[in-house]
Amino acid sequence: MDDSAVSEEATGTRYPLGDLLFGGVTWLSAAGVLLVLGAIVAMLWLGAQPAFAKFGFWGFVSSAEWNPVTERFGGLSPMLGTLVSSLIAILFGLPVSFGIALFITEMAPPWLKAPVGTAIELLAAIPSIIYGMWGLFVFAPFFADHIQPVLTDTLGELPGIGALFQGPPLGISIFNAGIILAIMIIPFITSVMRDVFETVPQELRESAFGIGCTTWEVVWHVILPMTRVGVVGGIMLGLGRALGETMAVTFVIGNAHELHLSLFEPSNSIASTIANEFTEADGEVYTASLIALGLLLFLITFVILALAKLMLLRMSRQEGNAR
Amino acid sequence: MDRYRRRKAVNVFNLGVSAFTTAIALFFLFWLLWTLFRQGLAHLDLRLFTQDMPGPGSEGGGLRNAIVGSLLLTALGILIGAPIGVLTGTYLAEFGRHARLSQAVRFINDILLSAPSIVIGVFVYEIMVVPMGNFSGWSGGVALAIIVVPVVVRTTEDMMRLVPDTLREAAAALGAPRWRVVTDVVLRASLNGIMTGILLALARIAGETAPLLFTALNNQFFTLDMDQPMGNLPVTIFNFAMGPYDNWHDLAWAGSLLITLTVLILNITTRIFLRTKR
Repeated sequence: MDDSAVSEEATGTRYPLGDLLFGGVTWLSAAGVLLVLGAIVAMLWLGAQPAFAKFGFWGFVSSAEWNPVTERFGGLSPMLGTLVSSLIAILFGLPVSFGIALFITEMAPPWLKAPVGTAIELLAAIPSIIYGMWGLFVFAPFFADHIQPVLTDTLGELPGIGALFQGPPLGISIFNAGIILAIMIIPFITSVMRDVFETVPQELRESAFGIGCTTWEVVWHVILPMTRVGVVGGIMLGLGRALGETMAVTFVIGNAHELHLSLFEPSNSIASTIANEFTEADGEVYTASLIALGLLLFLITFVILALAKLMLLRMSRQEGNAR
Repeated sequence: MDRYRRRKAVNVFNLGVSAFTTAIALFFLFWLLWTLFRQGLAHLDLRLFTQDMPGPGSEGGGLRNAIVGSLLLTALGILIGAPIGVLTGTYLAEFGRHARLSQAVRFINDILLSAPSIVIGVFVYEIMVVPMGNFSGWSGGVALAIIVVPVVVRTTEDMMRLVPDTLREAAAALGAPRWRVVTDVVLRASLNGIMTGILLALARIAGETAPLLFTALNNQFFTLDMDQPMGNLPVTIFNFAMGPYDNWHDLAWAGSLLITLTVLILNITTRIFLRTKR
């Protein structure tokens, strides 16, 4: 929509001062938002300098050593922990989110749509610390007693990948953290998928049904191909959330600084390491190493979220062209 | 005929799986809420609001100082964050709708919306806690404000965009300057929506833990002094849940229930707000 009717020429010349002041204040505030982002990156970069100076950027990123006594720090173990737990979250969260979005948009009778949709969205409203506490006191023991032994006895026996599923039955592990994360990101992915599914014109669905497609075929051959970009954007959004999630992971991941092949061993993530150690860190290099981890986390999530945003933008532009 | 039967079977199976996944997600929601109510209700009593945190190993006690601290911190976060958010949203929707700056701000804002909150905690630690020399309520409030801003910006812009341009033109035709058009017409028409956004932001920061860990820290004692480390519910829940004492765990559950109820009520209120508006 063009806003020429209230353009500067129409009003600005007669009432310059008020407009200048109010417009200026809103401009300042908008520029401030940009500035905050810049300041975050700059401050993290500055704060991380002692660590990068001592270990070098690549040295820091590629070392798995984390020893406060000898002051040797490397970010490899928390970075891997963050990536692996988020990937597990996507692995479980994606099919479930797709199922829910499919159920809500294509299957549910109208009276069921709203309550189910709202319930799923409430899942996103629950603070992450609650997930963490529930994960630690309720889900971890349940997982250790009932799910993990089954997985160890079946998948753990397989050659090659079997080692991934061998470990102590603690329930405190990177795998468990991934499952809790999956529950947390389901509402985000679902809501994006729902939105993009609903942009598919009704006529397209009907014509597919008209030539005899089943509901599943309509979804798989018509809706998904049309909304592919948006769906991927939604997955990236969920991934971005999972990467940066702190409290839920901190409770259940175990915070151990060793690299393990097994997914059932206690591990750590960038966010959980910072949450656990930041206030206790003494010494410049220790604090700087934690800040360096924060910088890495921020950069990784920034890239993922930016990609998600770009894809969703492309999706909405496509939709604009189609109409 | 076989082919048809196979297609039908695939369809029924896949739709069945889809309904099943929905059931799984709902099951987890109810499992979580059920645990929370069962554990939390048992310890939700008056002394929670009248007594301060118990020390390690001692019996009894409540969460009074943490509740008061949380109220102060969230209030500060909203007081700083909401005006900035509304002004920025106003710029995006009114003054700089097509400006290059707006496009950048929209993009960055959406990223800040999902940015890891722990990093915001580290950031505020560096810009406030280090220069001031100690953890403080002020820095906790600022950290929360940084989380409030993107939420409010987003809803403010969306709600202002819902106001039809004809209204703006009508006001301009009456000779109103731009700023009066914005404050008297657009802002008024979208006020409910903007309030909704602020409530949503409130719900978001009510349970935020990570940015408070090294800004407001925590405080076992009652204080209203924002220059001091300040007790707050989320960090208290974190410390108590990770601690070894049953009494602490009970209080953590009660605190969790309190936060969840607050957040759910805020969310449902905003939904009703929005529904009556449409």
